[in-house]
Amino acid sequence: MDKKPLVLLALVAIIVIIPLTLYNGLGEDEGFFGGADGAAGEAIEETGYEPWFNSFWEPPSGEIESLLFALQAAIGAIIIGYVLGYYKGQDSERNKEENKKNGKRM
Amino acid sequence: MHIMEGFLPWQWCLFWYLIAIPVVVYGITRIKKITDKNPETKPLLAVSGAFMFVLSSLKLPSVTGSCSHPTGNGLGAVLFGPAVASVLATIVLIFQAILLAHGGITTLGANIFSMGIVGPVAAWLVYKGIKKIGWGSSIGIFFAALLGDWLTYVTTATQLSLAFPIPTFGEAFIKFMVIFAYTQVPLAIVEGLLTVVIFEYIMQLRPDILRKLRVIGSEKAQDSPEKVSEVV
Repeated sequence: MDKKPLVLLALVAIIVIIPLTLYNGLGEDEGFFGGADGAAGEAIEETGYEPWFNSFWEPPSGEIESLLFALQAAIGAIIIGYVLGYYKGQDSERNKEENKKNGKRM
Repeated sequence: MHIMEGFLPWQWCLFWYLIAIPVVVYGITRIKKITDKNPETKPLLAVSGAFMFVLSSLKLPSVTGSCSHPTGNGLGAVLFGPAVASVLATIVLIFQAILLAHGGITTLGANIFSMGIVGPVAAWLVYKGIKKIGWGSSIGIFFAALLGDWLTYVTTATQLSLAFPIPTFGEAFIKFMVIFAYTQVPLAIVEGLLTVVIFEYIMQLRPDILRKLRVIGSEKAQDSPEKVSEVV
Protein backbone atom coordinates (compact mmCIF):
# COMPACT_ATOMS: atom_id res chain seq x y z
CA MET A 1 0.00 0.00 0.00
CA ASP A 2 1.38 3.33 -1.08
CA LYS A 3 1.65 5.75 1.82
CA LYS A 4 2.34 8.85 -0.23
CA PRO A 5 -1.31 9.88 -0.76
CA LEU A 6 -1.94 9.59 2.96
CA VAL A 7 1.05 11.81 3.74
CA LEU A 8 -0.12 14.40 1.20
CA LEU A 9 -3.68 14.36 2.56
CA ALA A 10 -2.34 14.76 6.10
CA LEU A 11 -0.41 17.81 4.90
CA VAL A 12 -3.63 19.22 3.45
CA ALA A 13 -5.36 18.72 6.79
CA ILE A 14 -2.53 20.49 8.62
CA ILE A 15 -2.60 23.50 6.27
CA VAL A 16 -6.36 23.82 6.81
CA ILE A 17 -6.20 23.37 10.59
CA ILE A 18 -3.43 25.93 11.20
CA PRO A 19 -5.62 29.01 10.61
CA LEU A 20 -8.36 27.51 12.76
CA THR A 21 -6.01 27.17 15.72
CA LEU A 22 -4.30 30.48 14.98
CA TYR A 23 -7.54 32.44 15.29
CA ASN A 24 -9.25 30.11 17.71
CA GLY A 25 -12.14 31.80 19.51
CA LEU A 26 -12.49 34.52 16.91
CA GLY A 27 -15.47 34.48 14.63
CA GLU A 28 -17.29 36.37 11.96
CA ASP A 29 -18.24 39.10 14.43
CA GLU A 30 -14.56 39.97 14.86
CA GLY A 31 -14.10 39.92 11.09
CA PHE A 32 -12.58 36.48 10.79
CA PHE A 33 -13.30 33.62 8.39
CA GLY A 34 -15.46 35.69 6.10
CA GLY A 35 -15.29 35.07 2.37
CA ALA A 36 -12.71 36.82 0.21
CA ASP A 37 -15.34 37.36 -2.51
CA GLY A 38 -17.51 39.31 -0.07
CA ALA A 39 -14.53 41.32 1.18
CA ALA A 40 -13.80 42.39 -2.40
CA GLY A 41 -17.44 43.38 -2.82
CA GLU A 42 -17.22 45.59 0.27
CA ALA A 43 -13.98 47.16 -0.96
CA ILE A 44 -15.72 48.03 -4.23
CA GLU A 45 -18.75 49.49 -2.50
CA GLU A 46 -16.39 51.69 -0.44
CA THR A 47 -15.37 53.39 -3.67
CA GLY A 48 -18.98 54.53 -4.03
CA TYR A 49 -19.92 52.01 -6.69
CA GLU A 50 -23.47 50.71 -6.75
CA PRO A 51 -23.98 47.24 -8.22
CA TRP A 52 -26.30 47.60 -11.20
CA PHE A 53 -27.67 44.10 -11.23
CA ASN A 54 -28.78 41.68 -8.54
CA SER A 55 -28.85 37.90 -8.57
CA PHE A 56 -32.13 36.49 -9.89
CA TRP A 57 -32.28 34.20 -6.92
CA GLU A 58 -30.35 33.89 -3.72
CA PRO A 59 -30.41 31.04 -1.24
CA PRO A 60 -32.90 32.34 1.33
CA SER A 61 -30.78 31.27 4.31
CA GLY A 62 -27.40 29.86 5.31
CA GLU A 63 -29.09 26.49 5.69
CA ILE A 64 -30.24 26.40 2.08
CA GLU A 65 -26.87 27.68 0.92
CA SER A 66 -25.04 24.90 2.71
CA LEU A 67 -27.52 22.42 1.22
CA LEU A 68 -26.60 23.54 -2.28
CA PHE A 69 -22.87 23.59 -1.57
CA ALA A 70 -23.09 20.08 -0.13
CA LEU A 71 -25.00 19.03 -3.23
CA GLN A 72 -22.29 20.47 -5.45
CA ALA A 73 -19.57 18.60 -3.58
CA ALA A 74 -21.62 15.40 -3.53
CA ILE A 75 -22.22 15.42 -7.28
CA GLY A 76 -18.51 15.80 -7.88
CA ALA A 77 -17.51 13.19 -5.32
CA ILE A 78 -19.94 10.58 -6.70
CA ILE A 79 -18.55 10.95 -10.21
CA ILE A 80 -14.92 10.75 -9.07
CA GLY A 81 -15.62 7.75 -6.82
CA TYR A 82 -17.60 5.94 -9.52
CA VAL A 83 -15.02 6.33 -12.28
CA LEU A 84 -11.94 5.68 -10.17
CA GLY A 85 -13.67 2.73 -8.48
CA TYR A 86 -14.49 1.30 -11.90
CA TYR A 87 -10.87 1.72 -13.00
CA LYS A 88 -9.66 0.09 -9.81
CA GLY A 89 -11.94 -2.90 -10.42
CA GLN A 90 -10.70 -3.22 -13.99
CA ASP A 91 -7.14 -3.03 -12.77
CA SER A 92 -7.49 -5.84 -10.24
CA GLU A 93 -9.32 -8.01 -12.79
CA ARG A 94 -6.46 -7.47 -15.19
CA ASN A 95 -3.92 -8.36 -12.53
CA LYS A 96 -5.82 -11.51 -11.65
CA GLU A 97 -5.89 -12.65 -15.25
CA GLU A 98 -2.24 -11.94 -15.70
CA ASN A 99 -1.47 -13.97 -12.62
CA LYS A 100 -3.52 -16.86 -13.91
CA LYS A 101 -1.66 -16.75 -17.19
CA ASN A 102 1.67 -16.71 -15.47
CA GLY A 103 0.58 -19.49 -13.18
CA LYS A 104 1.38 -17.48 -10.10
CA ARG A 105 -0.65 -16.94 -6.99
CA MET A 106 -1.26 -13.68 -5.27
CA MET B 1 -12.41 34.61 -7.33
CA HIS B 2 -16.10 35.15 -7.96
CA ILE B 3 -16.80 38.71 -8.94
CA MET B 4 -20.28 39.21 -7.55
CA GLU B 5 -23.35 39.83 -9.67
CA GLY B 6 -23.50 43.43 -10.86
CA PHE B 7 -20.08 44.32 -9.44
CA LEU B 8 -18.49 45.17 -12.77
CA PRO B 9 -19.54 48.10 -14.97
CA TRP B 10 -21.41 46.75 -17.98
CA GLN B 11 -18.64 47.72 -20.43
CA TRP B 12 -16.26 45.40 -18.57
CA CYS B 13 -18.88 42.63 -18.43
CA LEU B 14 -19.18 42.85 -22.20
CA PHE B 15 -15.42 43.00 -22.67
CA TRP B 16 -14.77 39.81 -20.70
CA TYR B 17 -17.68 38.03 -22.36
CA LEU B 18 -16.23 38.84 -25.78
CA ILE B 19 -12.93 37.24 -24.77
CA ALA B 20 -14.46 34.25 -22.99
CA ILE B 21 -17.05 33.16 -25.56
CA PRO B 22 -14.67 32.23 -28.41
CA VAL B 23 -12.46 30.26 -26.02
CA VAL B 24 -15.42 28.30 -24.63
CA VAL B 25 -16.73 27.62 -28.14
CA TYR B 26 -13.28 26.42 -29.18
CA GLY B 27 -13.18 24.26 -26.04
CA ILE B 28 -16.46 22.59 -27.01
CA THR B 29 -15.06 21.68 -30.44
CA ARG B 30 -11.92 20.35 -28.71
CA ILE B 31 -14.03 18.14 -26.44
CA LYS B 32 -15.85 16.75 -29.46
CA LYS B 33 -12.58 16.09 -31.27
CA ILE B 34 -10.87 14.43 -28.31
CA THR B 35 -13.82 12.22 -27.38
CA ASP B 36 -14.44 11.23 -31.02
CA LYS B 37 -10.82 10.20 -31.41
CA ASN B 38 -10.47 8.53 -28.02
CA PRO B 39 -13.90 7.71 -26.57
CA GLU B 40 -12.23 6.03 -23.58
CA THR B 41 -11.18 9.47 -22.33
CA LYS B 42 -14.80 10.42 -21.53
CA PRO B 43 -14.78 9.14 -17.94
CA LEU B 44 -11.62 11.17 -17.24
CA LEU B 45 -13.30 14.24 -18.68
CA ALA B 46 -16.14 13.68 -16.22
CA VAL B 47 -13.61 13.24 -13.40
CA SER B 48 -11.89 16.52 -14.33
CA GLY B 49 -15.19 18.37 -14.23
CA ALA B 50 -16.21 16.64 -11.02
CA PHE B 51 -12.87 17.53 -9.42
CA MET B 52 -13.57 21.17 -10.21
CA PHE B 53 -17.06 20.80 -8.74
CA VAL B 54 -15.72 19.42 -5.48
CA LEU B 55 -12.76 21.75 -5.02
CA SER B 56 -14.64 24.94 -5.85
CA SER B 57 -17.33 24.04 -3.31
CA LEU B 58 -14.82 23.78 -0.47
CA LYS B 59 -14.34 27.08 1.26
CA LEU B 60 -11.22 26.74 3.31
CA PRO B 61 -9.79 28.97 6.01
CA SER B 62 -6.49 30.65 5.27
CA VAL B 63 -3.76 32.06 7.51
CA THR B 64 -4.91 35.57 6.63
CA GLY B 65 -8.07 34.85 8.64
CA SER B 66 -10.48 34.87 5.71
CA CYS B 67 -11.89 32.04 3.66
CA SER B 68 -11.62 31.22 0.02
CA HIS B 69 -11.84 28.19 -2.20
CA PRO B 70 -9.57 26.26 -4.56
CA THR B 71 -10.50 26.13 -8.24
CA GLY B 72 -9.69 22.60 -9.41
CA ASN B 73 -8.82 23.91 -12.88
CA GLY B 74 -5.29 22.47 -13.04
CA LEU B 75 -6.28 18.81 -13.49
CA GLY B 76 -8.55 19.35 -16.48
CA ALA B 77 -6.08 21.76 -18.08
CA VAL B 78 -3.19 19.30 -17.87
CA LEU B 79 -5.24 16.28 -19.00
CA PHE B 80 -7.28 17.87 -21.79
CA GLY B 81 -5.75 21.28 -22.50
CA PRO B 82 -6.79 24.76 -21.30
CA ALA B 83 -9.74 25.25 -23.70
CA VAL B 84 -11.48 22.13 -22.39
CA ALA B 85 -10.90 23.35 -18.83
CA SER B 86 -12.63 26.60 -19.85
CA VAL B 87 -15.77 24.65 -20.72
CA LEU B 88 -15.66 22.75 -17.43
CA ALA B 89 -15.14 26.00 -15.50
CA THR B 90 -18.09 27.57 -17.31
CA ILE B 91 -20.38 24.75 -16.16
CA VAL B 92 -19.24 25.15 -12.54
CA LEU B 93 -19.56 28.94 -12.65
CA ILE B 94 -23.08 28.83 -14.12
CA PHE B 95 -24.14 26.36 -11.42
CA GLN B 96 -22.78 28.64 -8.72
CA ALA B 97 -24.14 31.84 -10.27
CA ILE B 98 -27.68 30.53 -10.62
CA LEU B 99 -28.08 28.35 -7.54
CA LEU B 100 -25.69 29.87 -5.02
CA ALA B 101 -25.58 33.57 -5.91
CA HIS B 102 -21.79 33.16 -6.07
CA GLY B 103 -20.54 35.11 -9.00
CA GLY B 104 -23.22 36.11 -11.46
CA ILE B 105 -24.52 36.07 -14.99
CA THR B 106 -23.31 39.60 -15.72
CA THR B 107 -19.84 38.80 -14.36
CA LEU B 108 -19.74 35.29 -15.85
CA GLY B 109 -17.44 36.32 -18.70
CA ALA B 110 -14.95 37.86 -16.28
CA ASN B 111 -15.03 34.84 -14.00
CA ILE B 112 -14.58 32.45 -16.93
CA PHE B 113 -11.57 34.51 -17.96
CA SER B 114 -9.86 34.10 -14.57
CA MET B 115 -10.83 30.54 -13.58
CA GLY B 116 -11.39 29.10 -17.05
CA ILE B 117 -8.72 30.76 -19.18
CA VAL B 118 -5.78 32.34 -17.32
CA GLY B 119 -5.59 29.63 -14.63
CA PRO B 120 -5.80 26.66 -17.03
CA VAL B 121 -3.41 28.22 -19.57
CA ALA B 122 -0.89 28.83 -16.79
CA ALA B 123 -1.32 25.29 -15.44
CA TRP B 124 -0.90 23.78 -18.89
CA LEU B 125 2.20 25.84 -19.68
CA VAL B 126 3.78 25.05 -16.31
CA TYR B 127 3.16 21.33 -16.78
CA LYS B 128 4.62 21.33 -20.29
CA GLY B 129 7.60 23.40 -19.13
CA ILE B 130 8.40 21.13 -16.21
CA LYS B 131 8.11 18.02 -18.41
CA LYS B 132 10.45 19.64 -20.90
CA ILE B 133 13.21 20.22 -18.38
CA GLY B 134 12.83 16.58 -17.42
CA TRP B 135 11.25 16.74 -13.96
CA GLY B 136 8.64 14.15 -13.04
CA SER B 137 4.97 14.45 -13.88
CA SER B 138 4.00 14.56 -10.18
CA ILE B 139 6.13 17.66 -9.61
CA GLY B 140 4.71 19.05 -12.83
CA ILE B 141 1.11 18.55 -11.80
CA PHE B 142 1.78 20.00 -8.35
CA PHE B 143 3.14 23.29 -9.65
CA ALA B 144 0.61 23.37 -12.49
CA ALA B 145 -2.33 23.11 -10.10
CA LEU B 146 -0.75 25.49 -7.59
CA LEU B 147 -0.14 28.21 -10.15
CA GLY B 148 -3.41 27.59 -11.98
CA ASP B 149 -5.20 28.23 -8.71
CA TRP B 150 -3.12 31.21 -7.61
CA LEU B 151 -3.08 33.00 -10.94
CA THR B 152 -6.85 32.68 -11.13
CA TYR B 153 -7.01 34.91 -8.06
CA VAL B 154 -4.32 37.28 -9.28
CA THR B 155 -6.42 37.68 -12.42
CA THR B 156 -9.51 38.51 -10.38
CA ALA B 157 -7.51 41.13 -8.47
CA THR B 158 -6.28 42.57 -11.78
CA GLN B 159 -9.77 42.64 -13.29
CA LEU B 160 -11.17 44.49 -10.29
CA SER B 161 -8.31 47.01 -10.25
CA LEU B 162 -8.86 47.67 -13.96
CA ALA B 163 -12.54 48.31 -13.36
CA PHE B 164 -12.02 50.27 -10.13
CA PRO B 165 -8.65 52.06 -10.35
CA ILE B 166 -9.44 54.18 -7.29
CA PRO B 167 -7.40 56.22 -6.51
CA THR B 168 -4.92 54.63 -8.94
CA PHE B 169 -4.60 51.24 -10.61
CA GLY B 170 -1.49 50.43 -8.52
CA GLU B 171 -3.12 51.15 -5.18
CA ALA B 172 -6.28 49.32 -6.14
CA PHE B 173 -4.19 46.37 -7.29
CA ILE B 174 -2.42 46.15 -3.93
CA LYS B 175 -5.76 46.34 -2.15
CA PHE B 176 -7.31 43.51 -4.16
CA MET B 177 -4.12 41.43 -4.08
CA VAL B 178 -4.23 41.58 -0.27
CA ILE B 179 -7.83 40.38 -0.32
CA PHE B 180 -7.40 37.61 -2.89
CA ALA B 181 -3.83 36.62 -3.60
CA TYR B 182 -2.40 36.49 -0.05
CA THR B 183 -5.33 34.47 1.23
CA GLN B 184 -4.94 32.10 -1.68
CA VAL B 185 -1.30 31.07 -1.13
CA PRO B 186 -1.93 28.21 1.35
CA LEU B 187 -5.06 27.17 -0.55
CA ALA B 188 -3.09 26.97 -3.77
CA ILE B 189 -0.66 24.62 -2.02
CA VAL B 190 -3.63 22.54 -0.84
CA GLU B 191 -4.93 22.41 -4.39
CA GLY B 192 -1.51 21.33 -5.65
CA LEU B 193 -1.34 18.47 -3.13
CA LEU B 194 -4.89 17.25 -3.82
CA THR B 195 -4.31 17.32 -7.56
CA VAL B 196 -1.13 15.25 -7.15
CA VAL B 197 -3.10 12.63 -5.16
CA ILE B 198 -5.81 12.18 -7.81
CA PHE B 199 -3.38 12.46 -10.73
CA GLU B 200 -1.07 9.78 -9.36
CA TYR B 201 -4.01 7.47 -8.77
CA ILE B 202 -5.16 7.91 -12.36
CA MET B 203 -1.59 7.36 -13.53
CA GLN B 204 -1.40 4.15 -11.53
CA LEU B 205 -4.69 2.73 -12.85
CA ARG B 206 -4.94 3.99 -16.42
CA PRO B 207 -1.56 5.18 -17.70
CA ASP B 208 -2.74 4.12 -21.18
CA ILE B 209 -5.31 6.94 -21.33
CA LEU B 210 -2.79 9.51 -20.10
CA ARG B 211 -0.43 8.35 -22.85
CA LYS B 212 -3.15 8.77 -25.46
CA LEU B 213 -3.77 12.29 -24.21
CA ARG B 214 0.02 12.80 -24.37
CA VAL B 215 0.10 13.81 -20.74
CA ILE B 216 2.88 11.32 -20.04
CA GLY B 217 5.42 10.16 -22.59
CA SER B 218 4.95 6.87 -24.40
CA GLU B 219 8.62 6.01 -24.10
CA LYS B 220 8.15 5.73 -20.36
CA ALA B 221 8.07 1.96 -20.06
CA GLN B 222 8.74 1.91 -16.35
CA ASP B 223 5.08 1.55 -15.43
CA SER B 224 4.76 -2.06 -16.49
CA PRO B 225 7.90 -3.44 -14.82
CA GLU B 226 6.86 -1.64 -11.66
CA LYS B 227 3.51 -3.34 -11.71
CA VAL B 228 5.06 -6.77 -12.32
CA SER B 229 7.48 -6.38 -9.46
CA GLU B 230 4.60 -5.39 -7.19
CA VAL B 231 2.72 -8.57 -8.06
CA VAL B 232 5.79 -10.76 -7.59
